[in-house]
Amino acid sequence: MSLKDLSTTQVRLLRNVLFVLALLPLLRLVAFGFLDKLGANPIEFITRNTGDWALYFLVMTLTVTPLRKLTKWNWLVRLRRMLGLYAFFYVFLHFMIFFWLDHFFDVQEMWADVVKRPFITVGMLTLVLLIPLAATSTNAMVRRLGGKRWQWLHRLMYVIVPLAVLHFWWVKAGKNLLAQPILFACIVGALLLVRLLSQKNRQRLGQLLSKRNAVNVVKE
Amino acid sequence: MLIRIRPDQIDIPLPSEITPQHVYAERRAFLGKLAAGAALGTGVLGSGNAWAQAPGARKLAAKLNNAYAVMDKPTSYQDATTYNNFYEFGTDKADPARTAGNFKTDPWTVSIEGEVSKPFTLDLEALQKLAPLEERVYRLRCVEGWSMVIPWIGYSLSALIKKAAPTGNAKYIEFVTLADRKQMPGLSDPILQWPYTEGLRMDEANHPLALLTLGMYGEVLPNQNGAPVRVILPWKYGFKSAKSIVKIRFLKEQPKTAWSVYAPQEYGFYSNVNPNVDHPRWSQATERRIGEDGFFARKRKTLMFNGYNDVAGLYSGMDLKRYF
Repeated sequence: MSLKDLSTTQVRLLRNVLFVLALLPLLRLVAFGFLDKLGANPIEFITRNTGDWALYFLVMTLTVTPLRKLTKWNWLVRLRRMLGLYAFFYVFLHFMIFFWLDHFFDVQEMWADVVKRPFITVGMLTLVLLIPLAATSTNAMVRRLGGKRWQWLHRLMYVIVPLAVLHFWWVKAGKNLLAQPILFACIVGALLLVRLLSQKNRQRLGQLLSKRNAVNVVKE
Repeated sequence: MLIRIRPDQIDIPLPSEITPQHVYAERRAFLGKLAAGAALGTGVLGSGNAWAQAPGARKLAAKLNNAYAVMDKPTSYQDATTYNNFYEFGTDKADPARTAGNFKTDPWTVSIEGEVSKPFTLDLEALQKLAPLEERVYRLRCVEGWSMVIPWIGYSLSALIKKAAPTGNAKYIEFVTLADRKQMPGLSDPILQWPYTEGLRMDEANHPLALLTLGMYGEVLPNQNGAPVRVILPWKYGFKSAKSIVKIRFLKEQPKTAWSVYAPQEYGFYSNVNPNVDHPRWSQATERRIGEDGFFARKRKTLMFNGYNDVAGLYSGMDLKRYF
């Protein structure tokens, strides 16, 4: 069996496995809660943990296309939606912990925090920008928007993921713990660079340059 | 009583007004037992309330000083010794408890230098005998927004200052802490400039609340809590309370302090607990009491000077927003 062409059944099975695996971080937190293993500051623990997993899923989502091109495993793209939705799920959990346990659903108080502190502003922006992507994740919405427009909308990910890294960076910068943020910035930077340097883009760039050269030649 | 929060200074009721009488009576009985146990050198506590005692931990006898004991419920020994910011032993708060186990704290000397008539060193025994050991129950407020309540053992730093006999030039005191790469795995990260240093103005250092600390919970300090000698400055954010001190210097000029060298706009020299001056990235108006506040409880209000209004006089006329 080649990994290049999996049958629909196999992909569906894989997706079901992924669905369960992606729930494990949450189940782990719940189990830790019952076993009293969340440490001395449980709220800090779950806040950080859900934030970490949100970032992992965002990065995984962004990895699908380059990995698919590299391996020619085209079925990978059929896992992308679930990864993206789980990213949204963990971002949302992360936000709800902040909104609930830090601000007790006091919108005004929370808003003051969002406006005043850049790292929260950026985190909030990440959540807000993810909402239209989650809302247009169904097949019906893809059809309604049309493939091209849908794709343009979902390129928002190229903004969202760097924003999430920036949020993470600023959180860690306060205590000068930059090793992890630097790692994620490099990974995301590489994933975006790969896209920028894709064949299609190089062709576009080539066209653009030749046009400009042509113009220059005419001028001369 | 020194640490009482006076209603005329701050609109927060006395702990005794909000805590049911039977609860604080119980706490007082508990603290009494603790003091009695420590005084006898046994450290035996009533069951139920007892925190886990690490086997072989060395007891340190001290008499409870009621004037310096807040009525808040002490944090569990477990939480106080497994949730520590001590970057020399790793940046995760669980790291120090894991990596400081073999830290060698005896023999240990503290050298007294700078603007003193005659520099000298003190070993642990001399430090323990310099003044009668007291137990004091202080609130500890971390700059990160959490707090604990810890029964420390030590004596006022002023006793040591008196022995050091600083000259008239001494305006500041600096604490230099141990930086030993062989024993402290965290030093390989250039996170802060090692050794970690902290400092105070002389009048702050001489305030009776400033505690030269040798123990907690009836024992000598656990390694992860800054053994064998540290300071505790309960009206300031926790990072001011330097751990594992090897040098105390008296200076003319304000010393550089570790965190404010790293980020002067975020961590000031004074770093007094102040609910009205936020950290640039989070609010300091509220805090979470470790092990005490329920999961779904609202965070509690942070008190000016962490409730230690006695120190207010040290800062009269100063703009505390500027000198944060």
